[in-house]
Formats: sequence, structure tokens, C-alpha cells
Amino acid sequence: MNRTIITVVGKDTVGIIARVCAYLADNNVNILDITQTIVQGYFNMMMIVDMEKMEKPFEQAVNELDEIGKELGVQIKCQREEIFNKMHRI
Amino acid sequence: MINISEVTETNKMIDKENLDVRTITMGISLLDCADSNLDVLCQKIYDKMTGLARNLVKTGEEISKEYGIPIVNKRISITPISLVGGTACKTSDDYVKIAQTLDRVAAELGVNFIGGYSAVVSKGMTRSDELLIRSIPKALACTERICSSVNVGSTKTGINMDAVKLMGEIIRETAEMTKDKDSLGCAKLVVLCNAPDDNPFMAGAFHGVSEADAIINVGVSGPGVVKYALEQIRGASFEVLCETIKRTAFKVTRVGQLVAQEASRRLGVPFGIIDLSLAPTPAIGDSVAEILQEIGLEHPGAPGTTAALALLNDQVKKGGVMASSYVGGLSGAFIPVSEDQGMIDAVEAGALTIEKLEAMTCVCSVGLDMIAIPGDTSAATISGIIADESAIGMVNQKTTAVRIIPVIGKGVGETVEFGGLLGYAPVMPVNRFSCEAFVNRGGRIPAPIHSFKN
Repeated sequence: MNRTIITVVGKDTVGIIARVCAYLADNNVNILDITQTIVQGYFNMMMIVDMEKMEKPFEQAVNELDEIGKELGVQIKCQREEIFNKMHRI
Repeated sequence: MINISEVTETNKMIDKENLDVRTITMGISLLDCADSNLDVLCQKIYDKMTGLARNLVKTGEEISKEYGIPIVNKRISITPISLVGGTACKTSDDYVKIAQTLDRVAAELGVNFIGGYSAVVSKGMTRSDELLIRSIPKALACTERICSSVNVGSTKTGINMDAVKLMGEIIRETAEMTKDKDSLGCAKLVVLCNAPDDNPFMAGAFHGVSEADAIINVGVSGPGVVKYALEQIRGASFEVLCETIKRTAFKVTRVGQLVAQEASRRLGVPFGIIDLSLAPTPAIGDSVAEILQEIGLEHPGAPGTTAALALLNDQVKKGGVMASSYVGGLSGAFIPVSEDQGMIDAVEAGALTIEKLEAMTCVCSVGLDMIAIPGDTSAATISGIIADESAIGMVNQKTTAVRIIPVIGKGVGETVEFGGLLGYAPVMPVNRFSCEAFVNRGGRIPAPIHSFKN
């Protein structure tokens, strides 16, 4: 298991989840959990995914998701889960 | 399982509140490079450092990308060069050659500073120590990425006043030799008392003799995160204030611990310590002064500043200690003037003087840091300032330091621009009364009575 957190933040538009999920499916990334809210027209999504079967280097996925974010006009981050676990769990 | 609000909180700290890991510093022992031939020595230093730290910058960048946390600096600290160059260096110029080798290593590895062009002379100076100290002005003038430090005292040994006197002269000489760059050389030179062996922060970093062959030390930061947390509890009691700082420091330090463990694992070098410091930069919202203002001071320097800083420093430690398996280095709040916009504003508003800064250094982690003083300040006066700071460190059993810049050709009211992380600084007035007879006595100030614990 290689748990990774993907966050998408930005103005809501059609097809954000579809686009991100398509990318993940193409790269053999399994989605474990999705949470999503819209606050005052702002889209806020967090995905917990497993990147174990992805063949690309992690860095490349970070860059490619960043590019997709730019095309959609939202910010997409892809970070290993440990940083959040370390900070918020003892 | 991690929830969306926790993820958002972490990312907000990174994006909006300038949370970063300030430095991954690899400590490298050069003791085994010693040789009686200078060229062989330089080659051994080059080989060992480029071998061990070959992947330091790359690894730092990979970790930064994978966790989404900026890692601002990748640096190296080395064994104090006066211990390594002793047999090979017959003159000060020989030492300069080592400095140039180190500068070349830094450029090739892409690290922004190498710290350890240093001597530890807290009780006495060897001939090698003195040659190195006398080479500092030239070494700093002809290199870009070398930081130098001299430890002139400790609680256990007292203060070496001969070294204090010499360092006043060396600081002036360094200022003269780099006067076309606003005496920038002095920004890379620090005089310490009770210097730690494992400090990852420049300019005082060196790899002490008590350390292993190579080690990874990490310096965290995050004054902006603390300030933001305090904004949410304006007007609350000291209990709430302290709890909030402690909790925030814990979170910030955990990120440092993660980065340190990862860097250590990927580089195959043992993890040393986390330095729990709040290190400001000139960026807005990345300031220790702004925390002090948020605690309730109009400007740093106002009455209450020393108490507020003492509280801040202590809570940062209390929160950080639990977050990391090993802490060390300086660990506390840094109060440099030129690197902190809020401090600069306080000086310009007339709220902050060198004397108040001196009082503040009694309760924070370092000392008089990045302070520009008039270019005509005498060497004896600089030595006097160093002696005062050293005495504070010696008696309070803490690290203190002096990194002051006598800006040649400039006086009070003028401004100096150092650029980058070093920032800019207004030239501050210094007490004009003489301490020459005091500094010229020669010898040592004995260790204080409470240091005899055996």
C-alpha cells in the first residue's frame, strides 16, 4: 500500500472529478476514499488513493496532476499521506 | 483516517503561512582527511564531501515534491577546519586555499552554504586556530558559500578574552575587505559562546568532534504558522496563548521529523537532531517580530518584549520536544534584525535598540544577529559587544552569538541591502563610550561558580 492524498481546490466546474479519476485509472491508481464539499462556489475535494501499482515515478504524477489542474483552473496537489499522519496523529 | 479539514489545515500552513523546512544540513567529519601536504588535504576534503553529499540536493528536492513541503536550503556542516588543517597549513593563506576548495565543493554540489570554516577556542588558541582566525577576512572575501564561526567561550571554560579581542579586529577587517558589497563578509561570520556541535543553521553551523562520521540534521521553521494560530485567539489568557504555541510547534516539528527521517533513510546517513527554531525570513508573514506583536506588543522592543520572547521560546521547545525523537542545535526563536521585516520596522520606528536586543538574547536561542552598525565602530567596541554576549551565554548556560556588520562607509540612519534571505537592515547606533582598557587586559575570564558540578 502506498497511500497518497490528492486534493483539488478551486472554482467549481463540470468534469473535475471525471478528469482526475480518468487520469488515476489510466495510471493504475486505486481510489480508496473521496470526500468532497462545495463552499460558496468553491470546489474542495480530497481523495485517498493507493499508488502502489503505478509505474511512473511519484514526481511525474505530481507534475502531471499539477498540469491537469492548470487546464481545469483548479489547484491539484498530490502528497504522500505520512505528512498529514505525522502532523495530526500522535 | 485523515480527514479533509486536517489536510486543508496542513496545506494552508504550507501555502499561506510559509510553513517550510528551513534546512537539511548534512554534517560531515573531515578529521580523517588530515594530511601534512596541503594539496593532498584539499583533494581528500573534496573527495569525501562530494562522495557523501552527492545526492543531498536531489534527495531534498524529491522529498519536497513528494510531501508537498518546501525545503528551502540544503547545506553542509563540517569539522572545524582549524582541527583539520593544522599540519598542512603553515600560513593564513594556506587556510584560504582550503576555503576555496570548500567553495568549489559547494558550487558543484549545489548547496547554498558550507559551515565549519571555524575554530573552537573557548579556553585557548592553538597556532592552527590563530592562523585560521587570521585567514577569515580573506577567506570570506574570496568565496561565496563559506560560513565561518569562532567559539570564544563556554560555561565550562569561561571566556577567552584574547580571542574576543582578536575577533573584534577580524570582524572589522572582514568588513573592510568586503566593503564594496556593504561589508557582506560579516554576515557569514559569527562569534559564539557555548556553540552546539550539531547546529544545522548558518552561519554558526559546524560538525563538532563529538559527532559521527556523517549525520543529517534538520532545521524547521514556521513563524507564520504560529502567528496565524495566535490571530485566532486574540485577547485570550496566557494559558490559552501558551497552549496554542505549544500545539503549533508540535505540528511544525513533526513535519521536520518526517523530512529528517526520510532524508536519513534515502541518503543512508544516520539522523542526528531536529533544531526546533522559529527562523524568520524577510517575507511578509514569516516573522518572529509579528508573533511578538500578536502576543500584544506594539513593536518588538516595547516593555514586555523580553517576557513575551521568553514565553515564546519556552513553548516552542515544549511543543517541539515531544514531536521529535532527538532535538538539539539552537532550538528556540531567532531574532535577526535584517532577516525579519517586523524587526526592521521596529528599528525604524525607534522601538528597538541594540541594548534591548541584548536583553532579548538572554531568553531566546541565539544572540545579536544580523545587526548593521556604523562603519566607524572600533574593533575594541565590537570586542566589548562580543564579551557582553558571551557573558550572557556563559552565565545562563546557553548559546549566544554575535553576528554584527560594521558597514564601512555608512552611518546611523542609512540602510544596507544584503539581498536574498539575508535581507536589508537600517544601521543601528552603538554606545560610543570606550571599553578599550577592558578589552586590552588580555587572558581569560574564569568559568562561573555554577559550572563546577563535578
